[in-house]
Amino acid sequence: MTNHWTDIKNADLVLIMGGNAAEAHPCGFKWVTEAKAHNNAKLIVVDPRFTRSASVADLYAPIRTGTDIAFLGGLIYYLIENDKYQHEYVRNYTDVSFIVREGYDFEAGFFSGYDEAKRGYPDKSGWGYEIGEDGYAVVDPTLSHPRCVFNLLKKHYSRYTPDMVSSICGTPKAQMLQVWDTIAETSAPGKVMTIMYALGWTQHSTGSQMIRTGAMLQLLLGNMGMPGGGMNALRGHSNIQGLTDLGLLSNLLPGYLTLPSDAEQDYAAYIAKRASKPLRPGQLSYWQNYEKFHVSLMKAWYGKNVSAENNWGYDWLPKLDAPAPGYDVLKVFDMMYQGQVNGYFCQGFNPIASFPNKAKVGAALAKLKYLVIMDPLATETSEFWRNVDEFNAVDTASIQTEVFRLPTSCFAEEDGSLVNSGRWLQWHWKGAEPPGQARTDIAIMSGLYHRLRTMYAQDGGKFPDPILNLDWPYLQPDEPSPEEVAKEYSGKALTDLNDPATGALLVKGGEQLAGFAQLRADGSTASGCWLFCGSWTQQGNQMARRDNADPYGIGQTLGWAWSWPANRRILYNRASADVSGKPWEGLKKPLVFWNGKSWTGADVPDFKADSPPDAGMNPFIMNPEGVARFFAVDKMAEGPFPEHYEPFETPIGRNPLHPDDPRVTSNPAARVFKGDMELFGTAEEFPYAATTYRLTEHFHFWTKHCRLNAIVQPEQFVEISEVLAKQLGIGVGDRVKVSSNRGYIKAVAVVTKRLKPLTVDGKTVHQVGIPLHWGFSGLTRNGYLTNTLTPFVGDANTQTPEFKSFLVNVEKA
Amino acid sequence: MATQDIIARSATTTPSSSVRHVDEVAKLIDVSKCIGCKACQVACSEWNELRDEVGHNHGTYESPADLSSESWTLMRFAEHEDEAGKLEWLIRKDGCMHCAEPGCLAACPSPGAIVQYANGIVDFNQDHCIGCGYCITGCPFDVPRISQKDNKAYKCTLCSDRVGVGQEPACVKTCPTGAIVFGTKDDMKEHAAERIVDLKSRGYENAGLYDPAGVGGTHVMYVLHHADSPTLYSGLPANPSISPMVQVWKGVAKPLGLLALGATALVGFLHYLRVGRNVVEEDEPVTVGEAETVVHKVDPSVHEFDPKAPR
Amino acid sequence: MKHDIQRYGAGDRTNHWLVALLFILAGLSGLALFHPALFWLTHLFGGGPWTRILHPIMGVAMFVLFAWLVLRFIGHNMIDANDRKWLSQIGDVVNNHEEMLPPVGRYNGGQKLLFWVLLLCMLVLLVTGVVIWREYFSHLFGIELIRLSVLLHALAAFVLIASIIIHVYAGIWVKGSMGAMLTGWVSRGWARKHHAQWYKEQVSKQEQKP
Repeated sequence: MTNHWTDIKNADLVLIMGGNAAEAHPCGFKWVTEAKAHNNAKLIVVDPRFTRSASVADLYAPIRTGTDIAFLGGLIYYLIENDKYQHEYVRNYTDVSFIVREGYDFEAGFFSGYDEAKRGYPDKSGWGYEIGEDGYAVVDPTLSHPRCVFNLLKKHYSRYTPDMVSSICGTPKAQMLQVWDTIAETSAPGKVMTIMYALGWTQHSTGSQMIRTGAMLQLLLGNMGMPGGGMNALRGHSNIQGLTDLGLLSNLLPGYLTLPSDAEQDYAAYIAKRASKPLRPGQLSYWQNYEKFHVSLMKAWYGKNVSAENNWGYDWLPKLDAPAPGYDVLKVFDMMYQGQVNGYFCQGFNPIASFPNKAKVGAALAKLKYLVIMDPLATETSEFWRNVDEFNAVDTASIQTEVFRLPTSCFAEEDGSLVNSGRWLQWHWKGAEPPGQARTDIAIMSGLYHRLRTMYAQDGGKFPDPILNLDWPYLQPDEPSPEEVAKEYSGKALTDLNDPATGALLVKGGEQLAGFAQLRADGSTASGCWLFCGSWTQQGNQMARRDNADPYGIGQTLGWAWSWPANRRILYNRASADVSGKPWEGLKKPLVFWNGKSWTGADVPDFKADSPPDAGMNPFIMNPEGVARFFAVDKMAEGPFPEHYEPFETPIGRNPLHPDDPRVTSNPAARVFKGDMELFGTAEEFPYAATTYRLTEHFHFWTKHCRLNAIVQPEQFVEISEVLAKQLGIGVGDRVKVSSNRGYIKAVAVVTKRLKPLTVDGKTVHQVGIPLHWGFSGLTRNGYLTNTLTPFVGDANTQTPEFKSFLVNVEKA
Repeated sequence: MATQDIIARSATTTPSSSVRHVDEVAKLIDVSKCIGCKACQVACSEWNELRDEVGHNHGTYESPADLSSESWTLMRFAEHEDEAGKLEWLIRKDGCMHCAEPGCLAACPSPGAIVQYANGIVDFNQDHCIGCGYCITGCPFDVPRISQKDNKAYKCTLCSDRVGVGQEPACVKTCPTGAIVFGTKDDMKEHAAERIVDLKSRGYENAGLYDPAGVGGTHVMYVLHHADSPTLYSGLPANPSISPMVQVWKGVAKPLGLLALGATALVGFLHYLRVGRNVVEEDEPVTVGEAETVVHKVDPSVHEFDPKAPR
Repeated sequence: MKHDIQRYGAGDRTNHWLVALLFILAGLSGLALFHPALFWLTHLFGGGPWTRILHPIMGVAMFVLFAWLVLRFIGHNMIDANDRKWLSQIGDVVNNHEEMLPPVGRYNGGQKLLFWVLLLCMLVLLVTGVVIWREYFSHLFGIELIRLSVLLHALAAFVLIASIIIHVYAGIWVKGSMGAMLTGWVSRGWARKHHAQWYKEQVSKQEQKP
């Protein structure tokens, strides 16, 4: 979230799209009801199904799954055409005036530089700004240049007419325009809309671009950096935000630092590439500090073993030999399926349930020599070899994988911090002792480390240095305490830190740092995750604070827990004030403003605190441009502007925007593994568009192990419309078989008015809803793993699987 | 002493102890804020340590399928399309309404098995419950359920144990959206009034408070978007009252019945006193006509001797 | 009393008194649940829950035994013109002016009326009792039917009890009646006085015997 849960109460309009907050985030949803009850906010829900969120919405519009880019792209054009955008904001705080290079082009569904054989854009040289002789990007503040971002944007979405969008999305035009007009009202400077989205946007082959389109919409409306605004990703696990923050993805280091690629063997070049210089005069470009963060990270890991002499241990960092995003789980499981993986450590993860195409995942696991499961529960993955009737019809004798199950404690049985969707690090305390022989993940990983280290020390090995040189200063080496680890992430001074200007002592050596501004690139500071720097200061554990005082009455509660970065609650909050530093006209309560001497307000300003408005520094300080991007330059895999592509399994068989070229029916830059393309089904055989989702009664595949959750949602079901049920002769509560080209499930039919057939591209499209929580272990009635049905393909940028859009057939079981 | 707060007691004809004054409480369920997450169901089960069966899906979101002795509250889901085709998913938390004039209490034959506290809570005392199920018969909302395990009646207690020590009911405590609130009945009505203004501003012209007068008002109230047609919400009664049949049965029938039976016996006694017994005089003169028959037609049996006959 | 006439056999008497006993038990347990003032009667049955458990069982047993009585006596209880006349002269009946009444068969109009009233009450009690028998049957019926049933059950019980009070008093009032049901025998005078027609039939029947 750019903003946070509590801040939703400041919204004038809430758009829930690509998510179902009431269902999946009921506790956070309270802030939507707050906004409605006490801020007179309206709630719009756009979703394939009339969800529990829709049940309390002021406006609901149906949409065909996987077509959100069309819906939002059409809205962007509609806003521009009808002059319903926040002019001053867009002109000053975004890249609309930037001139794009001549090499950029978009033609018949392809951006410039496409390589069909590689299914991607290896050459993105055209996707950038024109750089002037002064080294700065060229801009045209009059927005008249045909290649300025604004005109390219307008041109790109001019194809997304209301009729075209309605035809793609299946949203009835009148309903669609009603939604658009309501959203357009928030283009007034003081009117704010928040967008709440979740995996309904992420889990598509175009997921990242869907989210980007939402962000572009928010920029156009001037809603980024505003209280009650922003782009708010509702994270699916309580600590999945922490997972990404700490860089658990294979191409990331903690704090969104990136792992070098194979080609980046030179340390200085690695840093230079990331410490981007400002693209416009007077801009901050905060990533210029990259080396301070990087060196502090390496000092946290390796301590005295790294120094300027050995490039801070740069050679010990793995260099990624796979294109971004590296070894994502789809890729790893495909490798496993190809027999290229011997062993797999599965920690807090249930891949056979959570990953697409269960048959492929199961076959992949069966090719392992060993599988280690670290989990509090007896997951399906840990029992993938067990024959459970039709629900897991495997031949146990033929599976030779040796499975080790290491029971771990769960979050309630340990101290620690969780990072919520709103980037708050909240400390929590153990509520009970772990049962039986369960141990903490820290204890298990430490044990593994010590054994590996001993083996490397005794037996040597190809490259023992990264292991042998690790600093392990914990009081109890076998089980470092969560407090020690948290302090390490936050960071400390290794020597006395003096003010470079005055020489005054800032921090004594050995003391905790106050924030990442104190980090240095000379090895005098250590911080395991620069973004978390300041979460445990010399004053103590900031994450454990529980002061909900709200002096400005705007819900920012700076004394409650701690929010990255720098306890800042709303990112880009400088943009909540106009160019002159005054809160936007009409804003009910100010957030951050210039008081004549410095930036101040209810939140920690996301800005250089003493840079006066007339200095011309712009609010988006993490971008070298200083402004927000409509034009994504080379950051995205499939192009600088989001384009609608159909899901890989499309019920209409073509992309209405490019009806004649099957190459751009679906995302041309998405990776498809050998053998998986053939497993995609067609509408002839599998006529119905299906989508998978959670129910509020359960949490993924965990709570089916809990009696109370099992009682309130005991048995697997699928949702179909009354119209489709009638066509197929299916009654309420009948058992049905739902099949895709990869397998089938059987479940109870919930026949509902909440799903309606849509008219798409001249055809009637039925949608089928498939909740995901059942499996072959736990206290609920045994069910089929929903991901038996889903396709093995991911978003082109993140490789998040396309769980939300695929094709099925439905018949009476 | 909780017993000082009891203002009504089942099968009891004399006034209950009620000297202590306490404010009436109420739980207000704002249906327009409810997202049907069932957290209240789970919280209820946790606080009261109830564990229903893991059942089946019956083709709806409702689980379990009905209230039971181990499910005291239940989210009921109704899909409603108005004339214009606008779909609404009306989700209502079902359970005991804690009527001011409780039909269960009126119907209960066992003294003290059902009590009403001065704060309005209607509570079952299973120790006195005999399991007859009359409370079910008396309830206008079809709430109490008899346990299969012990044949006692159970229902929502409004967490009288929590309320008694100044806490809110468990469902209120857990409700994530603030759809369930708790306080004095007056405060809840005030809160409801604000909600109704908001709902009316959103086009729900018939928004209103459900506090049905037919049962003297309730201590569980609803804010409804369509207060004019409560039955849309999975059959919430439009005008609930104790059934006239139950009222007669447990009202006039009780004293009148006993009185009439007593009177019948009394009439008999008076008849005995005033008219006297009807005694056969063995030497009673034979009346003309009938006697002739007897005399002239000699009955042989008269002369027969029956050894078995009592003498 | 060698001149006596047998009115009831041992089987009938046994049955009658079993029904009477069950009536008292079911009636007391029913009254216990009917009015709070009589709830103390539940102590006779081992407390409230046992009263709730036993009452319907006793009721059903009473009905079954009563049904046997009905089968035995239904033939004697057909109401005819004489009975209607008898009933219309109820004033003479209560004032012991039997001489003003038409001759009575085995049963007089009042007894026959009682017979049918009891039968009707028993049937209503059985049917409604099953409907409100919560433990086994109530789940099969709708709430409105159950509510109607509790009311009808109470009403039928009231009529039944009132009728039985009258029945019992009549037994006390008409001397010899109680003896008839206790011993089976009535005096010839009793028969002649109260059931002249029946007396005639009995006499003629005995004449025909060898």
